[in-house]
Amino acid sequence: MISNDWKGRKRWRMLKVSGLSVEVGGKRVLDDLNLEVPKGEVHVLFGPNGSGKSSLIMSILGFPAYRVVSGKIWFKGKDITHLPINERVKLGIGASFQNPPAIRGVKLKDILRSLVSAKGGEDSRVRELAETISFPLEFMERDINLGFSGGEMKKSEVLQVLAQDADFVMLDEPDSGVDVENLQLIGRVINKMLKGRSALLITHLGYILHYVDADMAHVLLDKTIVCSGNPSKILSQILNEGYAWCEKCPVARKELCKPETNLQL
Amino acid sequence: MSSSKERALQARDKPAALGPDLDVGGYSRNPQDWSNCPVSYLPEDIVKRSSDVGIVPDEEERAATYFQIDHSVVFKAVQKMFEGKVEVLSTGEALRKYEWLKDYWWNLIKVDIDKYTASAELNWDQGYFIRVLEGQKVTLPLQSCLFVSTDNLNQNVHNIIIAEEGSEVQIITGCAAHSNVNRGLHVGVSEFYIKRNAKLTFTMVHDWALNFDVRPRTAALVEDNATFINNYLCLRPVKSLQMYPVAYCKGANSRVRFNTILYGSSDSHLDVGSNVVLQNNGSRGEVISRAVARDNARIYARGLLVGKHGNSKAHLECRGLLLSDNALIHAVPELLANTEGTELSHEAAVGKISEDQVQYLMARGFSEADAEALIVRGFMDVNILGLPENLMERMEKLVETTTQRAL
Repeated sequence: MISNDWKGRKRWRMLKVSGLSVEVGGKRVLDDLNLEVPKGEVHVLFGPNGSGKSSLIMSILGFPAYRVVSGKIWFKGKDITHLPINERVKLGIGASFQNPPAIRGVKLKDILRSLVSAKGGEDSRVRELAETISFPLEFMERDINLGFSGGEMKKSEVLQVLAQDADFVMLDEPDSGVDVENLQLIGRVINKMLKGRSALLITHLGYILHYVDADMAHVLLDKTIVCSGNPSKILSQILNEGYAWCEKCPVARKELCKPETNLQL
Repeated sequence: MSSSKERALQARDKPAALGPDLDVGGYSRNPQDWSNCPVSYLPEDIVKRSSDVGIVPDEEERAATYFQIDHSVVFKAVQKMFEGKVEVLSTGEALRKYEWLKDYWWNLIKVDIDKYTASAELNWDQGYFIRVLEGQKVTLPLQSCLFVSTDNLNQNVHNIIIAEEGSEVQIITGCAAHSNVNRGLHVGVSEFYIKRNAKLTFTMVHDWALNFDVRPRTAALVEDNATFINNYLCLRPVKSLQMYPVAYCKGANSRVRFNTILYGSSDSHLDVGSNVVLQNNGSRGEVISRAVARDNARIYARGLLVGKHGNSKAHLECRGLLLSDNALIHAVPELLANTEGTELSHEAAVGKISEDQVQYLMARGFSEADAEALIVRGFMDVNILGLPENLMERMEKLVETTTQRAL
């Protein structure tokens, strides 16, 4: 599974999504979406609310409510389009969620311990991980996501992904609803975590990019990726002109036949 | 003939208000005879079964031990360092020893409520008398075990538990049947007296048998500034279990907490309630229950809070988790206020395992079955019991074994 990256270099492909269309409850949420993330690269996904960013993550993970109508998802060269969630995760996918459910009586500690021991680590590793993200230890005793503040939720999610130690990491808006100090902390932890890994990062306002070096950005507009290119250039365009800029773009409007022309950004 | 005998005779055929009606005469009154014997000397299978319900064979780990098999008291002892602080006797002995005890006997529970209380009077098979003396804070838990070793036996115990003024104690009671026992009827009458400034935490674990019927009848009287915590766990199948313990918060600032964890499997019929009656200034009550039903189990989780004093407050929280389409959970929370200023509230929720929760855990690499087991185990959270660490670990183990065996 070797492909050329956008600079023309040969790269092992970590994730490939081709022609993916997905429905939730009969409603189309992704439409003929194509995406490749080569090994060792960090990709960012931009897009307005409701464009389908979280749906893409949920579909890659295989949540049953996200029904694949057509297209395929490959991970490390394996077709995972119809695998159960946990089997995909076992292949090396780790993800953080935006609105994880609270589970009464299940402690954050219970989950972290099990993740760490699955990787052959000792219980003490849980404490180490918590320290890297300045998470108070008493937090470990709390029921997962029950009454967590926005910042606590993000930290707990990142902490779990850290413990999963996955080759490919998907983070769904790790920077939204977090105060400046925690953003700095989370940003640094994520940057460190992503060294040498592949990742797909969803960010709404791009704050996390102050801390994380991304190789490539994609814009998801109305259920599909409409343009890809240099992360800082795309971000500054979006911040200056909003997604209206994308909507005017001839590529996004599918008025051009070759999307590559847009990569001159 | 004493008047309680007469009243019992009149009530001998009176069905209980709740639960399947049983033919009390259909069980045997011929037990095996057991002579005195330390717990660790008992047959291995009995030691093992009793440890399943939290009884430790090493008496050193407990301040005192009471062990009854069928109708025989096989062991009762108080550790040397707790002598003069706690007293453990069979109720027969205690009634002979203390003339005053008759005022505590059938005092909180009427003998003629139903055929089961009547049967406990007419065919009384001992039970334990536990008394913690005034001002004594007992640092180790006390333990008692009521064991049934004979198939189809009827065992009727009557227990009296007294926490004298200012005392503090943890009691763990385990009730179990031998693995050879299939059918039987256990009736347990328990009267609790928690006197001024005393604190009693009572934890009872039941593990009977597939065709076994259980009818505990429990009442507690809580005096000024006293606290009564009553924990109950039933995690293994039983044919039918019906009980509705009541605590009377008679004293000012009296506090009561009922915590119940039920795991109903196979064809179990569990009808378990908790009733708190707030009778004085500052009385507080809390009822928490967790019920899990799988297979064809039916669970009736009841609760009744009665506010009889202006400045009183109680809350009831009942959660149920259904693991099968053939199982049933019926939550019946009731609030009864007949005076202004009493504050009673309840929340009840019954449902199946949330798919969101399962999928979230699967996204952390857990298999579907492991995710469900983790959620069920979390649901039956032993932290609600408020136990000291070593007892809590034991309860955690019990819950863990149950969920592992099940899923």
